[in-house]
Amino acid sequence: MTVIEAPRSRARSRTSFEMYSWIFMRMSGLLLVVLVLGHLLIMNVLDGGVQRVNWGFVAGRWASPFWRTWDLMQLWLAELHGTNGLRTVINDYAVRDSTRFWLKMLLYTSAFLVLVLGTLVIFTFDPSMK
Amino acid sequence: MTLVTLKIRRYDPELSEDAFWQSFEVPVESGDRLLDALHHVKWYLDGSLTFRRSCAHGVCGSDAMRVNGVNRLACKVLIKDLGDEITVEPLKGLPTMKDLLVDMEPFFDAFRAVKPFLMTSGNAPTRERLQSAEDRARFDDTTKCIMCAACTTACPIFWNDDQYFGPQAIVMAHRFIFDSRDEGAEERLEILNDKEGVWRCRTTFNCTDACPRGIEVTKAIQEVKRALIFHHT
Repeated sequence: MTVIEAPRSRARSRTSFEMYSWIFMRMSGLLLVVLVLGHLLIMNVLDGGVQRVNWGFVAGRWASPFWRTWDLMQLWLAELHGTNGLRTVINDYAVRDSTRFWLKMLLYTSAFLVLVLGTLVIFTFDPSMK
Repeated sequence: MTLVTLKIRRYDPELSEDAFWQSFEVPVESGDRLLDALHHVKWYLDGSLTFRRSCAHGVCGSDAMRVNGVNRLACKVLIKDLGDEITVEPLKGLPTMKDLLVDMEPFFDAFRAVKPFLMTSGNAPTRERLQSAEDRARFDDTTKCIMCAACTTACPIFWNDDQYFGPQAIVMAHRFIFDSRDEGAEERLEILNDKEGVWRCRTTFNCTDACPRGIEVTKAIQEVKRALIFHHT
């Protein structure tokens, strides 16, 4: 007979991390619907569609702080939303503690790299660079 | 009188570490329940078949099992609704002790952890604690629980994470959190705010489908989440 451990964490964490993560998923999801659909519409449909997107187009867009903020929010929300979603998937499906730990490390590392690189590009983009 | 095949998951740790499937041909009447067929096997074909049952009328909650892949009470489900070949397994996610008998202790531990009793302060009143019909209706659905474990052992999160409180414990907490006479709501909400608490729920509705009492389990869990976010019960 398999013995199941004493249930639930005895030392209860007083933080409400899981609650805030749950709320974040819903809020970021709603925002992303607007941001991503808007992004797809502008990039692929309006005004000649994807054919017109080139270096000059991006430079023109990012001259405005509005579009930089839009893209920055899109990057951070999508990356954190996706990371948090995968975190719960790993929690749900990884059986062994070590598997869970290493999968999460891989996930957090990749999320960190994407966020840092993306943010760097948005803030340091220089239309005149060759 | 027709014949149906019962394909039962057998396990006896004293004979072998491995579980195996065994089929029995059982004569049944059209109105028979699965429990009648199991009785036929135990009484006439193989006395070693082990399962729990007590009242046999859907009230005590002893004979929940996995029937054709879904959790049902053997005493409530009719053979005619199950087809000619019926698979019967023990509840998933709790340790199997023998055949269809599972160890319910981990399930009861989660139940105890949410403090399933009336919590009040001050002197006890000399007469009943009165409650309006509206206040009583607020938690009526979750008073129906018979603790058969069908919901908790239908939950895919619980299958993989036995530390999760599970739907039943949350239903039981709901029954007291939304009771106007009870004063322990904050304490129970804090208990369920754990990382193994309500936020683990993925709203797959397996629990609601499994409940033999028709409790809207997933809805109760959502109401507990809402109470945690908005702090009103």
